[in-house]
Amino acid sequence: MTTTVDKRQAAPTAPTRNSRIGRPHAVWALPAVLFFTFFAVVPMGLAFYLSFTEWDGLGDPRPVGFANWQKLLDDPRLTQSLSLTVVLTVASWAFQTVVALLLGVWAAGRQRNRAVLSAIFFVPFLLSSTAIAILFYALLDPNFGIIQKDTLGSQSGAFLAIVFVGGWQFIPFHTLIYQGGARQIPEVLYQAAAIDGAGRYRQFFSITLPQLRHTITTSTVLMVVGSLTYFETVLILTKGGPGTDTAILPYLMYEAGFKTYDFGYASAIASFLVLAATGLSLVLVRLTGFGTMRSTREGM
Amino acid sequence: MESPRRRRHWTKRANPVAGLGAFIWLVIVLVPIYAMLSASLTGADKALTGNPLRPPSDPTLDNYGTVLDSDFGHLLSNTAIVAVVVVGIVLTLSIPLAYVAVRTRDRWSNAAFRLFLLGVAIPAQAVVVPLYLLIAKLGLYDSLPAVILPTAAFAMPVSVLVLVGTLRDVSEDLYEAMALDGASPLRMLFQLTIPLAKGGISTVVIYSALQAWNGFLFPLIFTQSDGPRVLTLGLFNYVSQFGVNIPALLASVVLSGIPIFAVYLVARRALVGGLMGVGGK
Repeated sequence: MTTTVDKRQAAPTAPTRNSRIGRPHAVWALPAVLFFTFFAVVPMGLAFYLSFTEWDGLGDPRPVGFANWQKLLDDPRLTQSLSLTVVLTVASWAFQTVVALLLGVWAAGRQRNRAVLSAIFFVPFLLSSTAIAILFYALLDPNFGIIQKDTLGSQSGAFLAIVFVGGWQFIPFHTLIYQGGARQIPEVLYQAAAIDGAGRYRQFFSITLPQLRHTITTSTVLMVVGSLTYFETVLILTKGGPGTDTAILPYLMYEAGFKTYDFGYASAIASFLVLAATGLSLVLVRLTGFGTMRSTREGM
Repeated sequence: MESPRRRRHWTKRANPVAGLGAFIWLVIVLVPIYAMLSASLTGADKALTGNPLRPPSDPTLDNYGTVLDSDFGHLLSNTAIVAVVVVGIVLTLSIPLAYVAVRTRDRWSNAAFRLFLLGVAIPAQAVVVPLYLLIAKLGLYDSLPAVILPTAAFAMPVSVLVLVGTLRDVSEDLYEAMALDGASPLRMLFQLTIPLAKGGISTVVIYSALQAWNGFLFPLIFTQSDGPRVLTLGLFNYVSQFGVNIPALLASVVLSGIPIFAVYLVARRALVGGLMGVGGK
């Protein structure tokens, strides 16, 4: 794929770019760093510490060594929950990416009906996860709902409901991201392809998809991190059930901590979640090139 | 009909397959919303007999009355306070950080940026137990700040990424020109960077406001009494409070969506435009 169009955006900056004049001191970053460290990084460290203690929320945590971790590794729900979290993330990613990408590319056209439709498409995103979970809780109620069947009572039904509800809520947002990405694809690429006789599908696979690769990674990162927020959906829609069939990791942690007041064990689950999420994000950051300090437009 | 000028855009011919797909999604979006509105207008006595897809035979606003008679206004104002303060904190802290990360690029500013890059991966759920301990020790348990402070912290990583992405595109030449005029970094920030980064800043405003508006876990765990209760938690409580009164429950969901829908109608262009910018990066 050659992109001749974007060379000028990557033009070298003025020769004096290394001058220190007029550059802010790094200390400007300090308030943000301190705030974030106190409310996010320190608690993360504390979670590890608490995972080696026994604590019921009152009094002081009592060190118990590896007991919680041993318990976690012996807990059959961990394996179930872990694979459930992975399968849920992958299924949601596939569903949301396919629909959002197609809708987004379609909506990037500029006809009036598309603008009106995109405005309607966006509406579910305006409701909170809680509101949406309650809406579908009502609509899936076996007595009241649209489908007069106990959808949430079966394992596959409950799982599919969570994937669908997540998609219903977040596809509008990702559609918008893809719409923005698709609008930035230079039109000359399509003109050139059309002159070469490439049809619509050829253009989609040879131009649109490769040009959207940064958009796809951005959207994927947000989806993967966001899939953990399905906590509300799970809590309200299925309460982790039937049985423990939809008990994703955050739900297990919530139950251990705030239902049975076993905060040490909850912290072990939480630490495990951090380890998994950090590993995942390191991989994603590497893949997306977020970490490089170049303008991302260069790679377009 | 498409005008000739518009036809020149890259989607040249009608695409019936895509059009059909978009129509199907429209149905998927609208049916639950329609069912919700229709059910919320159904009398509680008829709720268990009717199918929610059938329009209510004699519509009533009783369910809305039931919800408004409870503490809805209080929940709404708490949520609004949380959203405004969270946006304020996120902007005040993230903009200088992104500015330093893009402009200064020494070891320390790079390290600060990387902290937030990794921070994207910290799930709020994972730190909620120690945060509970921290909030309790600070004496903030069961107060609005207990919700506001962690919500703001967890909205920061994505905000920083969006801002850094936007600020990178401000041309170095403009900074050079201002430096020649002897402008201080602070003046450059306010007279050059912020005006040129409006798009990214509005994205951050929307993103963090939505985080605050939709936040559930922090309010669930860090508050307890009626005083600092926010809308999402109120909705969650309605599930047990209204019990089988599903029409009232759905009326509360509709009411919870109205304020943000009103904002959407007024500021649609800015809202959608801001979020769309995320995809261009």
